[in-house]
Amino acid sequence: MSEHHDPSNVNNPEHAEHHIISPMSYLIIFGTLLVFTAITVGAAYINLGILNPIVALAIASTKAVIVILFFMHVKYQSNLIKMTVGAGFFTFLVLIMMTLSDYMSRAWGLW
Amino acid sequence: MDNATVATHEHTHETAVHVEHHHLALPQHRHHFETEQQQREAGTFGMWLFLLTEIMFFGGLFFAYLLYRNWYNDAFVAASNQLSIPLGAFNTAVLIGSGFFMALGVWAAEVRKKGLLVLFLVITTVLGFVFLGVKYVEYSEKFEKHHIPGAHFDVKEFVNPAAFGLKEKPLAPDMAQKTQIFFSLYFAMTGMHALHMIIGIILLFWLTWRAHKGEFSAGYVAPIENFGLYWHFVDIVWIFLFPLLYLINRHPV
Repeated sequence: MSEHHDPSNVNNPEHAEHHIISPMSYLIIFGTLLVFTAITVGAAYINLGILNPIVALAIASTKAVIVILFFMHVKYQSNLIKMTVGAGFFTFLVLIMMTLSDYMSRAWGLW
Repeated sequence: MDNATVATHEHTHETAVHVEHHHLALPQHRHHFETEQQQREAGTFGMWLFLLTEIMFFGGLFFAYLLYRNWYNDAFVAASNQLSIPLGAFNTAVLIGSGFFMALGVWAAEVRKKGLLVLFLVITTVLGFVFLGVKYVEYSEKFEKHHIPGAHFDVKEFVNPAAFGLKEKPLAPDMAQKTQIFFSLYFAMTGMHALHMIIGIILLFWLTWRAHKGEFSAGYVAPIENFGLYWHFVDIVWIFLFPLLYLINRHPV
């Protein structure tokens, strides 16, 4: 590591610049979320067959990502925070996949 | 005596470095953090670790939903259509609005506007109460219809929907019983979500009081920011609950 005494981490800064999001951007994000809510309600009344749940979940995921990135400021955080958030959702996905593959394979070939 | 003086001098080294980098000597800056930035990041990191455990907690409920929905799809379709889309959509908008004002609250704390911060926190709280009020209306309708899982659960609307003016496909009695699983998950998921909101509202009262005393308008915003993360997380849970419980099974009649 650095041979200099650098307690403030000046030579190797890893903390993201502190960023304040303006109220105007929040308003735009708020509007976007409301529009997505309207779309998801509208889409529920259209018969898309198997695509209905996929569309609904895709819209919900998009809304969640918008909230995480902007309302929760993750877009402006350091890599440590971004990795933490990403790792959490990835682990959740792994758990869902493994549990689901268990249930799906229990009666394999019997249907 | 001499030795003590020398020792003190050696320790002033750290202090000297601090002065060199022009640190703000804010009272909330704990000495074990090198910079205020680092302290802030550590707090955010810790809050996110807590939220990840919350994702796993709600994740289990979401998984149970996914599995039972696949096993008893007909029951889930019929039971889901009992929920009111207008009320659900209204509540989604209310919660997103609440999150919006919470985000504005964080902004107001950052730019040190005490009055606005208190105002935004109050609006956030009020919208939280509106959400819970609508939830109360929805829950009481379920009680009146005996759609609470248990000994008094009533399947008549599911075995004979035509008699109640519903355009559902009638369910066989055994499948109709499975609607209890949908309502169990409905109450478990929305109930845990509502509990998180109630805890959030209690915290909001406390934070509003502290904001009113001016504790967060002098450069110390960590409690507001981290509570904001919690409140937005509760938002995200609802963003998934709404389509899964209210919308997914809605087919055009």
